[in-house]
Amino acid sequence: MNAIFPKSADRVFRFAVAGLVVTAGAAAGLYAYFSHPKVLDTGYTPVQPVAYSHKLHAGNLGMDCRYCHFTVEKSAFAAIPPTEVCMNCHVRVKPQSPQLQRVRDSYARGEPIPWVKVHRLPDYVYFNHQAHVSAGVSCVSCHGRVDQMIEVKQVEPLSMAWCLDCHRNPAPKLRPVELVTKLDWQPDRDPADIGREIMRTKQIHPPLTCSGCHR
Amino acid sequence: MRTGKTYWRSLDELARTPEFEQWLHREFPENASEWTGKASRRNLLKLMAASFGLAGLVACRRPVERILPAAKGVEEYVPGNPMYYATAFSLGAAAYGLHVEAHDGRPTKIEGNPQHPASRGAAGSFAQASILGLYDPDRAKWVRKDGRRSSWEEFEKFAAGRFAGQGAGLRFLSGEIGSPSLEAVKKHALQRFPQARWVEFEPVSQDEPMAGAQLAFGQPVRAHYHFEKADVILALDCDFLGLDAPTLSYTREFARRRKIGTPQDRMNRLYVAEANYSLTGAAADHRLRLRASEVAALLAELAAELKVFGETLRVLPAASGARRKWLAAVARDLAAHKGRCLVLAGPRQPAVVHAWVHLINQLLGNAGATVTYTAATWTPQTQALKELASEMAAGQVSTLVILGGNPVYNAPADLDFASHIKKVECVIRHGLEEDETAALAHWTLPEAHYLETWGDARAWDGTCSIQQPLVAPIYEGRSAAEVVALLSGYPHRRAYDIVRNFWSALSEPQWRKALHDGVTPTPPSAELKVTADARRIQGLPLPPPATGVEINFQPDAGVWDGRFANNGWLQEAPDPMTKLTWDNAALLSPATARSLGVNTGDMISIQREGRELKIPAMILPGHADNSITLPLGYGRTRCGRVGRGVGHNVYPLRTSGAMSIAAGGKVSKAPGRYKFSLTQDHHSMEGRPIVREATLEEYRKHPHFAHEPHQELFSLYPEHSYDKGNQWGMVVDLNACIGCNACLLACQAENNIPIVGKKEVARGREMHWIRLDRYFSGPEEDPEVVYQPMACQQCENAPCENVCPVAATAHSPEGLNEMAYNRCIGTRYCANNCPYKVRRFNFLEWHKDIDQLQRMQFNPDVTVRMRGVMEKCNYCVQRIQEAKIKAKAEGRRPIRDGEILTACQQTCPAEAIVFGNINDPNSKVSQLRKQDRNYAVLAELNVKPRTTYLAKVRNPNPELV
Repeated sequence: MNAIFPKSADRVFRFAVAGLVVTAGAAAGLYAYFSHPKVLDTGYTPVQPVAYSHKLHAGNLGMDCRYCHFTVEKSAFAAIPPTEVCMNCHVRVKPQSPQLQRVRDSYARGEPIPWVKVHRLPDYVYFNHQAHVSAGVSCVSCHGRVDQMIEVKQVEPLSMAWCLDCHRNPAPKLRPVELVTKLDWQPDRDPADIGREIMRTKQIHPPLTCSGCHR
Repeated sequence: MRTGKTYWRSLDELARTPEFEQWLHREFPENASEWTGKASRRNLLKLMAASFGLAGLVACRRPVERILPAAKGVEEYVPGNPMYYATAFSLGAAAYGLHVEAHDGRPTKIEGNPQHPASRGAAGSFAQASILGLYDPDRAKWVRKDGRRSSWEEFEKFAAGRFAGQGAGLRFLSGEIGSPSLEAVKKHALQRFPQARWVEFEPVSQDEPMAGAQLAFGQPVRAHYHFEKADVILALDCDFLGLDAPTLSYTREFARRRKIGTPQDRMNRLYVAEANYSLTGAAADHRLRLRASEVAALLAELAAELKVFGETLRVLPAASGARRKWLAAVARDLAAHKGRCLVLAGPRQPAVVHAWVHLINQLLGNAGATVTYTAATWTPQTQALKELASEMAAGQVSTLVILGGNPVYNAPADLDFASHIKKVECVIRHGLEEDETAALAHWTLPEAHYLETWGDARAWDGTCSIQQPLVAPIYEGRSAAEVVALLSGYPHRRAYDIVRNFWSALSEPQWRKALHDGVTPTPPSAELKVTADARRIQGLPLPPPATGVEINFQPDAGVWDGRFANNGWLQEAPDPMTKLTWDNAALLSPATARSLGVNTGDMISIQREGRELKIPAMILPGHADNSITLPLGYGRTRCGRVGRGVGHNVYPLRTSGAMSIAAGGKVSKAPGRYKFSLTQDHHSMEGRPIVREATLEEYRKHPHFAHEPHQELFSLYPEHSYDKGNQWGMVVDLNACIGCNACLLACQAENNIPIVGKKEVARGREMHWIRLDRYFSGPEEDPEVVYQPMACQQCENAPCENVCPVAATAHSPEGLNEMAYNRCIGTRYCANNCPYKVRRFNFLEWHKDIDQLQRMQFNPDVTVRMRGVMEKCNYCVQRIQEAKIKAKAEGRRPIRDGEILTACQQTCPAEAIVFGNINDPNSKVSQLRKQDRNYAVLAELNVKPRTTYLAKVRNPNPELV
């Protein structure tokens, strides 16, 4: 009986299987790489409706983060400030600047400025700024050197694994609470030592259970 | 079982019918997992495939999310932190003080105001659910003229011409006014229009008690009962724990006298005689099944036993031996507790019964001790409405202003309000809904919800509260006071100005304090010393027992008189006794049902005075024979989407001469069957000793009666130790729990629990995290009732956790059995493995069709669950986290006992639920866990539940045992 397939068909089949495995592997690898929060989310730098420079305000002028984000110690949200806060200074400082036209309009009309959210967590995560800041986690740990950014950019992946890294070993990220907004602070000794001391005195045990963040 | 009682939850269970067996053996009933959407499974899969394909295209870009801060800051507002305001909720003449939580300007949750005497921190089911009314998308939104949209400006122009004269032919019709400032505006309006009249009418009124006081004391007075001082209570057709106002404060006082810590403690004793099985009847130590129309005779027999009128009492209708014996024992008990007992009659009982009760209380030395009186003003409401209707019929009414209420739907049937209203030239209707009455009005004006306008409210005891808005009117609503002010040219026009000027005696600091505290400094009504006229009362003829089948009309635990018909939470909350959802039914006893040849679900026809009603029957064990109870408020024809056509309207049978108890009814079986959605058999627990109870005497003999000896089991897994830090636990006192549903609704509001609708409830898909199990025990004709709230027990060795393939439910070091919704893939293994059957599965996307407006009620601290995930009680973990973060931010470590209140605990009027840290030996919950009565449900399974129960102890009269 004649063979239906020639002998070479075996080889074709083997190559096809190997090719399939390689393609599938490559696809999976590419997917895993590009969908990883580190790749997908870090570097996100949306264009904001007002060209507000954190570098100018927080860096060059040395304003404290909490002048504008004044609810960060009181609430889950650090909150974008009301336009009124901008106008506290800008009624006197550069009152005619065309760059600030949108801010003045917003204040005059009572309409909010539609800022674009940069650091976005999924809806089922309940992150609380107050809890972290009062424990001594600095802004810089999650937001990076905002005082050096002209446009705010996401620098950390903000993924669950990344959160848990710190929750499992918080000591290196802790500092005295009064230094939380000093983004350029350099510890004079091993930061983990300082962190361990803070953990002891303030009894800090970051939750590792589901309901710590999901409820 | 130690108590030797058999507990059953329905007649089906008692008879072990095949339907019941099916409920029992399946965790989820048949077809529960069936797709019921419009698209078939195949279409769904096609759509899913298409959306997966397209998903690749849209996912390339990250969605842009905006943050919109206010242009100008709001004082004291911190984004993300809730704010609380004190306000007041009124239901008829009784107001309750509230604290309302608002997130970012949206009211989300209602709680009782601890400083208010009528609430004491509790909020009943109506108040809890009233927040949904604010976000009702079917509300009256705009001013309408003849059904077409108009405006307030147009109406003002019209009113300026119409309301110019002396008010000839002008009539106002409103609900009972409990607002002092509205009373002032009303007074002004009646001065401005001297020929006008104002009628107040509530379908569930205080007419009879007030008329009874008039008979007894020669003036209308309001009685206030002091349950904290009463050792023996006899309630005659009086549901003071359920629907007869002001239930919250009474429940608290009553429950405090039921809580016992040691066998030596004393309890009060409650006797109840009633027709329908009420919550009060369930709490009773002795309950006498009695037709409501025979209460008068019972009272006379009691008077004879007590020798109220000496030995010369006329011969009374013969009572059966058992009833005599019961009554004699009650009389002896009352006589032995002079000045420390209490006799009460419900508002459905005729005036003469109330007069007799006043006299008996006086002779027992209770007046001034366990019952006090305050002055009241009263105009008989039904009579006033009757007069109004006859004026309308005679064409004497040219302008009718209807403020609130819904008379076309709920006025007594013999007044024929719906046809007489057509003879009125101009009907102006101001109300929350576009209902039956609005349909016949020329002008309809939208009413502002109480959470969006200023007002004030007087509580039962006379304490006044300012009704403070939390949000500006969402639509064009205005308050009733604003409308009357507009019509009558009152000097102040805006709701705030009307209220503030009425309270102008309050200085600015006093006013601010009144707003903050939720109570004004005006003292409650002064006590009035009155004496009942014994001779006169003795001469009053007692109404004879009803001939034929007696019909009782009662407000419904869900929709009251019909005003909450469009409230999905209340519609879906199972009736406390019947466990009926989305319906009402003619309730009758097993014997009456047998004599009529009907079963639950059969249609019956009730005829009375030429009127006929067809309604499905429902057998309620313990109901009085030859008597039928009809709950009011269903069968609305013009109503929002939720309440339209739900249940059967019984008002067509209710006439002005028989507002509560109607005699001469003819009842027969009608063709047809009707399908109820009952939850009583869902999640059953098959004859295990779930509830435990004893009498006080047994408890004294065997203080540990609640502990079942059982084989100690060992876990195959290494036991986790829970001896550090906070270990959360809960104790529910079955002695205090009255089964009122307040916890269930508080939980629903706090935890974004969806409603599923009648059809889905019938499939066993209801989502309530708390189930109020109602157990009957004893004979089906006359059983006793025990309630047991059942939510997740937070087992230390949780069986649900072991079977979850994705670890979506896991244990926290603080002893919580947690759900990570985003991890759940919906296998439902956990629910199958839960011995308490407290897990609820989202079979469908319940939140999908929710209106944007209604979404504003959601609690932002709790995830809104999607289809295909499991959910259950988590001890309000969001509140625990909030308290922990707050404690830490304030630099203090231990959380104070009582700092965290779960939503159910917070609102419980009976204080039956206690939550706290069981690792702290001084916490309240630890103290309760040490009590003899403390037991864990299904302890023999070694699941180690964190929620435990204090077994029920009844205090029966030894003479009657």
